Amino acid sequence: MTAEILGVIVTYGLALLLAWPLGKYIAKVFKGEKTWSDFMAPLERLLYKLAGIHPREQMNWKQHLKALLTINLVWFVYAFFALVFQGRLPLNPDGNPGQTPDLAFNTAISFVVNCNLQHYSGESGLTYFTQLFVVAFLQFVSAATGIAALVVLLRALKEKTTTQLGNFWEFFVKSITRILLPLSFVLAVILAFNGTPASYAGKDTIETLQGDTVSVSRGPAAGMIAIKQLGTNGGGYFGVNSAHPLENPSYLTNMLETISIILIPIALIFALGYFINRKKLANMIFGVMTVLFITFCSINIYYEAKGNPAITKLGIAQHIGSMEGKEIRLGSAATALWSIATTSTSNGSVNGMHDSLTPISGGIAILDMMINALYGGVGVGLLNFYIFIIIAVFISGLMVGRTPEFMGHKLEAREVKIAALITLLSPFLILAGTALSAYMVVHHPGADWAVQPAAWLNNPGYHGFSEMLYEYTSANANNGSGFEGLGDNNIFWNVTTGFVLILGRFLPIIGPLAIAGLLAGKKYIPPSAGTLRTDSATFGVMILAVIIIINALAYFPALALGPVAEFFSLR
Amino acid sequence: MKRYIFPAIRLTIVLIVLLAGVYPLLIAAVAKLAPGKGDGITVTHHGKVVGYANVGQTFTEDKYFWSRPSAVDYNAGGSGGSNKGPANPAYLAVVQARIDTFLAHNPGVQKADIPAELVTASGSGLDPDLSPAAAEIQIPRIARERRLPESRIRELVKQYTNGPLLGFLGPSKVNVLQLNIALDDLK
Repeated sequence: MTAEILGVIVTYGLALLLAWPLGKYIAKVFKGEKTWSDFMAPLERLLYKLAGIHPREQMNWKQHLKALLTINLVWFVYAFFALVFQGRLPLNPDGNPGQTPDLAFNTAISFVVNCNLQHYSGESGLTYFTQLFVVAFLQFVSAATGIAALVVLLRALKEKTTTQLGNFWEFFVKSITRILLPLSFVLAVILAFNGTPASYAGKDTIETLQGDTVSVSRGPAAGMIAIKQLGTNGGGYFGVNSAHPLENPSYLTNMLETISIILIPIALIFALGYFINRKKLANMIFGVMTVLFITFCSINIYYEAKGNPAITKLGIAQHIGSMEGKEIRLGSAATALWSIATTSTSNGSVNGMHDSLTPISGGIAILDMMINALYGGVGVGLLNFYIFIIIAVFISGLMVGRTPEFMGHKLEAREVKIAALITLLSPFLILAGTALSAYMVVHHPGADWAVQPAAWLNNPGYHGFSEMLYEYTSANANNGSGFEGLGDNNIFWNVTTGFVLILGRFLPIIGPLAIAGLLAGKKYIPPSAGTLRTDSATFGVMILAVIIIINALAYFPALALGPVAEFFSLR
Repeated sequence: MKRYIFPAIRLTIVLIVLLAGVYPLLIAAVAKLAPGKGDGITVTHHGKVVGYANVGQTFTEDKYFWSRPSAVDYNAGGSGGSNKGPANPAYLAVVQARIDTFLAHNPGVQKADIPAELVTASGSGLDPDLSPAAAEIQIPRIARERRLPESRIRELVKQYTNGPLLGFLGPSKVNVLQLNIALDDLK
């Protein structure tokens, strides 16, 4: 177990070590300074030319949002039709059929919004064409959308008073050519050299040593796995994601894939510090996030390494922890770290089955997605955290009896209203969805859907409730992991989570950008002795308190019915 | 909206070519140099492919080291875990049945020594490995079945145990397929 704990610590340490210079680099890229990656500039100019874009054209926050939403709509329409007709499109060596319209609706939205909830299994539910031309493509562009949205926020924070916030297309294209594509290429090549398939060869059939005949799914997996880790996408090539021995062949690849989950989200915090030249603010944000992240990791590692109490009662040995749903080459500690990394960042990939986590670990994973701002999804994590900052500034302002200000701009009713609405949106979507599905299970168990409500849950009692709670939480957080026992490929889940996905993605982008845009348009007030300092440790504690209070008030009852009740039932 | 729709469509098309066309082809080309040429690394025994190095397979015969239980019977056309919650009574009954089966096939083993990983299903259903403890506990049975001294098999297990990465990171493991091939080659 010592080697497993050391592995976890080294993995996290390496991620921080790499994130620091990467953050500096990202800030340089978006400031337009010289970097090593300038050799990409001709490619970018070609892309702009072919697309008819003028990257110097300045946009205000509303124009940014229009561009963002328009291109997202284009992707959705394209993805939907490609998924429905994939059976007749090329690159389908295994002869997989097209998706049903409700599944294609869910899948298209899910990948457009960077969530990657998957109500199908990659081996049979997609073709090589849709794996690459829909899924992997959307994994790049949805991540780039998040980064571009964040850069708009950073531009708004940087300037004293302005409406000129740069060009959306430029931010978006550079996110791909300067950050996502180079990093993905490196990771994909490392994976390929460690045994992850990367060719276009179809399923293989072999006779095993014992004489059984089995097939082995393969395909162009390495490139897609790289971007799904780096872009906080999470949708796996194979059904079980990075628990699959071809998707994540060794402890080394597992370390790299874990680092890739949190690398860009952490780097973006440092990038914020360099970009707006307020390193103390970045350090404060990083500190608050890290306190919670490390607390959550420690809890999950403790409970997974300790094992399942119900198995202990059967009288057998659990020296390497709770191993249901886990892989030997990865071990319980690395799976626990991953469970927090993936739920903190809205990644949603898994390297073990979350449905089989012990109760407290499963509950912490859900809570982590409810907060959804510890490092967070690429770009959008900081946007979510920005909302918590605004709320904390507002409450602090009330406490000291002054008009609240953030970075030289007065925070007034309009901005606070937006922040409050965005904060309330998550509990509304999660709890209403869970209540509705629980109602269907109890009162309409025989509803005529592809999977009847009576057969939705893979586990009885408290855990069955957690399966539904997890699904809506994951959809709202645009996370994409699941308690995968849930029978979710039917019209009820495909449609309801589809709408939660859209609202949970775009409102939390629109809200913060609107606030930032409005603030940036206001008169700049130079800081004085009476100004609330937002980069101090005291203010960090204030934000921490806001995060804890908001989430505890909103979610404790639901968590008590699921994971907490299950925990006490197992003692 | 009108101002943005045409750039959006055109940018989408060129990015599809770059990210879904060029990028994976480039990876596939580089992967030609990797072991297995990007098709997955196969394991050959007496000139015949008997499996993939990283993908587990079923071993139920007493003369082989058993693999961990699998929710998909090691058919790597798909993949899957049991997704059973820790307190599910039906699940615990399945685990109990696996313990009973193991004890019946391995007389002399104490229940308290059975490592849980040997009676719980992996996440992928394709776990290629055993923990060293889960291999060691099967040694007496295999020695008996193959009429070989336990010490020889113990040596073999030791030889095929892969320690932590760089000696200090992560768990130790034994690849079941490679161990069983070596077992067949023992004379």
